[in-house]
Amino acid sequence: MVERKLPKLEVAGSTPVVRFFVSTRSFIAVLGVLAVVGLLVFGLVKKGSSGVQVGDPAPTAALPRLEGSGSESLNDYQGRWVLVNVWASWCIPCREEAPALEQFQRERGGSNFTVLGIDSRDLSGDGRAFVEKYGLSYPQLRDGNGDAAHEYGTTGVPENFLVDPSGKVRVHLLGPADEEILREQVEPLLPKEKS
Amino acid sequence: MRGRLALTAVLALAVLAPAAAAGQRASLPEIEKQVMCPVCGTLLQLAESPQALREKAFISRLIEEGRTEAQIKDALVAEYGNEVLALPPHSGFSLSAYVVPIVALLIAAAALAAGVWRWRRAGGGPKDGGTPRAAGPSGEDADRLDADLARYDL
Repeated sequence: MVERKLPKLEVAGSTPVVRFFVSTRSFIAVLGVLAVVGLLVFGLVKKGSSGVQVGDPAPTAALPRLEGSGSESLNDYQGRWVLVNVWASWCIPCREEAPALEQFQRERGGSNFTVLGIDSRDLSGDGRAFVEKYGLSYPQLRDGNGDAAHEYGTTGVPENFLVDPSGKVRVHLLGPADEEILREQVEPLLPKEKS
Repeated sequence: MRGRLALTAVLALAVLAPAAAAGQRASLPEIEKQVMCPVCGTLLQLAESPQALREKAFISRLIEEGRTEAQIKDALVAEYGNEVLALPPHSGFSLSAYVVPIVALLIAAAALAAGVWRWRRAGGGPKDGGTPRAAGPSGEDADRLDADLARYDL
């Protein structure tokens, strides 16, 4: 049997790393694979966002006002306690909790505390009609594409997040907040005096 | 004369066709197939949630106002963002949804063609430029093949 001598592969370059990367095709292939893996990881991380937990900083993205022009973010309320209420006009439990939230705002709203509504995945006209119907006096923002609700990690509407003056979430209420829930879970954390 | 007539007909079609399309009344079933229910994550056509019903009512209202399909889709995008469209728009970053697959396909086809070309150059043809010899059985195998063929020869 004739023993064949295989040609020795020699690539210019002094170190193994240099020799590897000199092969342009290998480099492009590795780059392609890394790009695909990177995109997959990015997609998974983005989709798998679990939202905020109690103790986490609340999202501070600016949102347009539901009524009037311009936008606002939670940063505009720094130094105050804020009860972020994520709602939609088509949501029946939201209709039930709206009067309780308005009552709480009238009793406790001031320079230390406010309710802040976020109308999510809703038609702006329907949202404005809802605000008018229930006589809601607290500020309202609009989250048409649901990005803000996604950032908070809501699984439905309504959900409420009590954010402290440093911007951290202190209470997360799933489902509608009635007078009893507000009195037992929100009220004790707020400053004693309304100002 | 005949050429002029043909040219006039083509020009008339070019002018009238878009006008006719623009004048076509938008319909709810047609739009429902092209937009999403943002809460359900399905086509609006398949959705029956309270939010979907509001969205359908909104579209019907705009149809009654005489808005075109494009205007209604723009209004929906203004309300819910680009995510409301079942297909991404043909502009901006969303264009990449259409361009990237085509470019990837072209690159893959080019890589395949280059690979085949290299493979054929490396070992696909005869080295000495002569006529390639037909591959086939030889010796004992060839005899057995001949015997088998003769047996089945009608």
